[in-house]
Amino acid sequence: MTKVPVEFTLNTREQNEFVETGSTLLSALRDRLGLYGTKAGCHQGTCGACTVIIDGEPHLSCLTLAERCQGKDVTTLEGLAPAGALHPLQQAFMDGFAAQCGFCTPGMILAAKCLLDRNPDPTRDEVVDAISGNICRCTGYEPIIAAILTAAQGMRKPARKRA
Amino acid sequence: MTRKRGRGMAAVNYPTGMNLGGDPSQALIHATTTGSFVVTLSSVDLGQGLKTVMAQICAETLGVPTDNVIIDTADTDTGPHCMGTFASRGTHRIGNAIIMAAKEARAVMLEVAAEELEVDAGDLVTDGAGAIHVKGSPQKSISIFNVALAAHFKHGKSISGRGIFLQPRSYPEPETGKMTPATCYAHACTVAEVEVDTETGEVAVLSLKSAYEVGRALNPRMVEQQIIGGAWMGISHALYETTEPYYPDRAHGPVDFNQYLMPGPGDLPEFANVVIERPAADGPFGAKGVGEMTANSPIPAIANAIFDAVGVRVDSLPITPEKVLRGIRALNA
Ligand code: FES
Ligand code: FES
Repeated sequence: MTKVPVEFTLNTREQNEFVETGSTLLSALRDRLGLYGTKAGCHQGTCGACTVIIDGEPHLSCLTLAERCQGKDVTTLEGLAPAGALHPLQQAFMDGFAAQCGFCTPGMILAAKCLLDRNPDPTRDEVVDAISGNICRCTGYEPIIAAILTAAQGMRKPARKRA
Repeated sequence: MTRKRGRGMAAVNYPTGMNLGGDPSQALIHATTTGSFVVTLSSVDLGQGLKTVMAQICAETLGVPTDNVIIDTADTDTGPHCMGTFASRGTHRIGNAIIMAAKEARAVMLEVAAEELEVDAGDLVTDGAGAIHVKGSPQKSISIFNVALAAHFKHGKSISGRGIFLQPRSYPEPETGKMTPATCYAHACTVAEVEVDTETGEVAVLSLKSAYEVGRALNPRMVEQQIIGGAWMGISHALYETTEPYYPDRAHGPVDFNQYLMPGPGDLPEFANVVIERPAADGPFGAKGVGEMTANSPIPAIANAIFDAVGVRVDSLPITPEKVLRGIRALNA
């Protein structure tokens, strides 16, 4: 197999890699870079467990060719908060018992982050819509929806104070 | 097009554990040199929260902080035997085994502390925050960290304990078939509200309201998790889980998430739950099993609600739009 160079930003750091042509971003993240926060569920674009953020939009890393990430800005769960700290979404998921087996959690949190970045004050329906590509087989979704709404509320507060 | 609403209820009595060839689980506990307690199990946590609740049970019995407990479920080949995490048995069976093991370990821990403090072990209490002191005089105290160090390096004692809980096999009485398959039963009742589209036969669940009697909710938030996740699975059993009508040819059985449809985040009803606690005599701190029953009562409740809405009694699952429509047509014939 041929290898091609890709340069992209991964969790705010410049990343230069040689990847096999036709290989996925998911496999680059997990198998080459050892970033296991991105989960591999179905490998066919149906579960959402592999969701990452590319240039501010949620993308399924199992359907994204690694070589197509040239020049892009990629964020995985590992890049959400500095080491040792938690992003408000992570905190809300923990406080709200929004994970059971936890397999869907990284994808849910990143899908939610994309929503909150563009819409800090979403309705319940907008939250449901944002996570509708992410499957959870444990929680019944209710605690996840509640956690995202809680995080959104918490993230709006400091912004208001500053204003 | 008309949408008709209906309400139905159903109740369930759910046994904790199973009448196997005897239903045992074991636990082994030992202290590390620095006063952490490792609980070795062969039981598996697949997301139901076993590790959290077992750590709570162990910490409570030992009298140490939950953070000091390490649950090791690493290896079913080499760990102490467990029948498994199924039949809603984990909290009850494994929890009881851990209590037995933790009591033994606690006795050794207090013996060592007694020697270190030169007092009688019977006069000692744990504060649950990492120290042991003489009853009534908190200043005469020793940390569990130092007790563990002393046990290892001065007294040559292993702070450890063995536990097993066995529910013996129950044989049926030949005359009556009567048997005792379980020692405690959890109970629940669910009221479902549905809306049936009489043109398409589709059923939307509007709300599921349940009351659960679980003995004691050792971790109330996790009990709530089980109830909501289970109710959602109940909706799925009742209305969705089949190859039909989505895939008419049975050979095309569901092989992936595209085909094995379950309700998505947009299909959720309103959930309301009440937990009632009536401790079981043989439960760990009174707990019964709450796992699987949560998916049970929603199913007949939904079936009954459909009957209430459109007068159609569907007696096979899932209740597909086709079955509802056929029922409506038969009523009008
Ligand atoms: S692994 Fe990418 S969607 Fe399932
Ligand atoms: S928590 Fe298990 S799949 Fe969502």
